[in-house]
Amino acid sequence: MAITVPQVRRLTSVETKLYLREPAAIFFAIGLPIGLFLILGGTIPDFMKADPALGGLRPIDTHLPAMMIILSVLTCAFSLLPTVLVTYRERGILRRMSTTPVSPITVLGVQLVLNVATTLLATALMLVTGKLVYDVPLPQAPLAFAGVLLIGMVSSFAVGLLLAALSRNSRVVQGLGLAVFFPSLFFAGMWVPRELMPEVLRNVADFTPSGAFGAAIVEVLATGGAQWLHIGVMAAWGVVAAVVAVRFFRWS
Amino acid sequence: MAIITVQNLRKQYGDKIAVKDVSFSVEAGEIYGIVGRNGAGKTTTVECVAGLRSPDGGTIHVDADLKQQVGVQLQESMMPDKLRVGEALDLYASFYANPVPVQELLDEVGLDPKAAFAKLSGGQRQRLSIALALVGNPKIAILDELTTGLDPQARRETWDLITRIRDRGVTVLLVTHFMEEVERLCDRVAVISNGTVLTVDTPEGLISRTGGLQRVTFRTTVPVDGLKNLPEVHSVTVEAGQVVVTGDQNVLRAIVTALPDTAVSNLKTETSTMDDAFLALTGE
Repeated sequence: MAITVPQVRRLTSVETKLYLREPAAIFFAIGLPIGLFLILGGTIPDFMKADPALGGLRPIDTHLPAMMIILSVLTCAFSLLPTVLVTYRERGILRRMSTTPVSPITVLGVQLVLNVATTLLATALMLVTGKLVYDVPLPQAPLAFAGVLLIGMVSSFAVGLLLAALSRNSRVVQGLGLAVFFPSLFFAGMWVPRELMPEVLRNVADFTPSGAFGAAIVEVLATGGAQWLHIGVMAAWGVVAAVVAVRFFRWS
Repeated sequence: MAIITVQNLRKQYGDKIAVKDVSFSVEAGEIYGIVGRNGAGKTTTVECVAGLRSPDGGTIHVDADLKQQVGVQLQESMMPDKLRVGEALDLYASFYANPVPVQELLDEVGLDPKAAFAKLSGGQRQRLSIALALVGNPKIAILDELTTGLDPQARRETWDLITRIRDRGVTVLLVTHFMEEVERLCDRVAVISNGTVLTVDTPEGLISRTGGLQRVTFRTTVPVDGLKNLPEVHSVTVEAGQVVVTGDQNVLRAIVTALPDTAVSNLKTETSTMDDAFLALTGE
């Protein structure tokens, strides 16, 4: 039987309630990136200095919001989403659902939408508070910005689903998530901006999903465009990770 | 009329044969038990019936829509910790075309709709699991080890609940290894051992097959070796001064006739139970 709109609505409402009952999720995916954005922006003077390499923009207009958006996306993609899915599998919730008229793939879809919505909310809040508090200009090329954000999310969430597919239980997925999370933030340029990375490292970073995402989003904020290399790398990771995830994902 | 028919079911996991050759049929409206020791193939059998596993051989026919009309309670199935009872039932009710009113089920299982899953006791979780199996108003309920881990009180309440479900016309396929549960609930049982059906009978039929075995225990000061030769006696064992004699209906009279009554104390007799019948059948 096909899934009906009321079923999806009910499932979305229940999963949203459960999501909101875990304050840690909201904190790490929304509160932390925006808090860091506001605090770092206000306390580190270098973020406020116009940089000719950024076309006269300040790091607080480009690098800082880009990294905080990536922090939010990776938190959702590598930690929150896979942990929920693996926990649901571990508890037999997905298997239980497969005996009802509604397929467990619906839960996966609803969880994906919830986590994407969280990162979009974090991004929107960042743009608005940045504008209000630090006079950060809104993205000069909104469509290109949205495009980079979209493909970055696709590749990140595909990798997150792959983590869920490869993890036997919730402890494994949490450990694996963290093991991927921190190097990914590093490649994205969280601690050493891409321009300051040694060339070898930069070349490696360009071929990781988060490295390409970081480079593309900084660039689209600074110049309104992005390199096809980075778009291609994200798309390739998205496709490959999604295919492998589908191949290995188990419902029970 | 049979509502579930299983013929020559076979299922293996890798090299391990879980179900070798299982056939049985369940009539509409009955509580049908699948009993056997751990690892006998009970769960695999009902999971094949529920459509959760695909058989490697044999046929299964279920006279109902598997998703819409078969409610399933799985072993070790949990809900998210922060999901409340009422939300779980509302959610699962929304999955089905003709759900039972949630309030009715809540009253039936006696759960607080506001209680979070994490706060529920083992018995309450089982009752929620049963309620979720029933919320779609099924023709058939498949319940796997529903009272395992429950205290005696919770177990009795669960049995009452199952009886009421049957009274509403639901056919119940019940997996268990508790013989008391079988005796209390089941109309018929299939005894499964090593992936095959040993026998199908009513619980009373199974008990009477042991020939109304009697078990007599007592203490005595005189030798009891001679009892073995009595025709009424099947076996004699002595453990820590306690004599255990099994035999037919007349075994008690044979013992008191054979031994001087001043030499016998603490005399007790027990008739065979479902446990004995089960042990006799599975050869232990």
